[in-house]
Amino acid sequence: MTRKSRASPGHDNAKVMNRFDLTRRLVARLKSDEAVIGGIGNTNFDLWAAGQRPQNFYMLGSMGLAVPIALGVALAQPKRRVVAIEGDGSLLMQLGCLTTVAHLAPRNLSIVVMDNGIYQITGSQPTATAGVADIVALARGAGIAKSAWAADEAEFERLVEEAVSESGPTLIAARIDDKPATATTERDPVRIRERFMQGLGVR
Amino acid sequence: MTETKDGPPVKTWHGIAIAALKRNAVRLATYVPDRVLTPLISALHADPEFTTFATTREEEAVGILAGAWMGGMRGALLMQTSGFATLPNALASLAVPYQIPLLLFVSERGTLGEFNWGQALVCKTMRPVLDALAMEHHTITRLDELDFIVDRSIKQAFATQASVAFILSPLLTGGKTFGA
Repeated sequence: MTRKSRASPGHDNAKVMNRFDLTRRLVARLKSDEAVIGGIGNTNFDLWAAGQRPQNFYMLGSMGLAVPIALGVALAQPKRRVVAIEGDGSLLMQLGCLTTVAHLAPRNLSIVVMDNGIYQITGSQPTATAGVADIVALARGAGIAKSAWAADEAEFERLVEEAVSESGPTLIAARIDDKPATATTERDPVRIRERFMQGLGVR
Repeated sequence: MTETKDGPPVKTWHGIAIAALKRNAVRLATYVPDRVLTPLISALHADPEFTTFATTREEEAVGILAGAWMGGMRGALLMQTSGFATLPNALASLAVPYQIPLLLFVSERGTLGEFNWGQALVCKTMRPVLDALAMEHHTITRLDELDFIVDRSIKQAFATQASVAFILSPLLTGGKTFGA
């Protein structure tokens, strides 16, 4: 298969980074009580490993719904910053949600996509982003104008700082390696949900 | 449809449904469009008390409602029968095990004069899925029972943190007829 060029050149210039390292950098840059929704699998696992904040929500299924869940939290609590961390395969499963986010344009919502071009947890089969599909171009096409590839760790941190302080919605995409997650989450859905609601001040 | 400045007349099925939603502090209305639900969707859009928007898929709305409820905002999802058929994974992996109450309004196609075989088949999957997940569901056929069923069931859903599906029969809504 001939490799065609991508819609946005930012991908090809971006450094391949590490998900756990980036997740730790992200969590370290949160200012206080931002809600963080982790997507299914490794994205979630590294969020868990980066420190278990009560404002974190961990999915145990429902692949593709991290961004919709984050959107719901953002609508319910417009004064709270909300971040969804999602994998490329998961986002591809629910691409339409980017158009819903763009249409509603919640100022307090940011999306971080960890893109390694593989369905890592199921055996590393290639996703469409391993070919010519470009997450940032897709997000811009959906109408999320503030969408960017993080060229390296320093730029990732700068984009996260912007995301949690300036007006959204925003999307940050990062190329990551195929290293496995560093831990796994607990598996008690009611406990996860109850602690999250306490973290959001609802309980 | 005759609407007044204050919204639809309360004696229509959609007027009764909106009144029950308001009475129970439901403020978020998501939907995937359906012809039969159009008067309800239009009235929700016209009412500033509701945040109303379409999602691209029904399971996307399940995620949004889950997040909103965990953040303190009550919501409902409006869809047709074939849309419900896309939901088992989101219900079985998110709403049910996390004990997140969803209000599902399903405009029932596939019965009482259906003209599309696919709709008739998918309709037959709906109640078995709801029963398999032990989810509360009511098929509503009569206008005079609508408020009691919806109002009581919304209260039960939030009190017990268990979802409820309201299946709106063509006997209630008129349904979709050939050529309509």
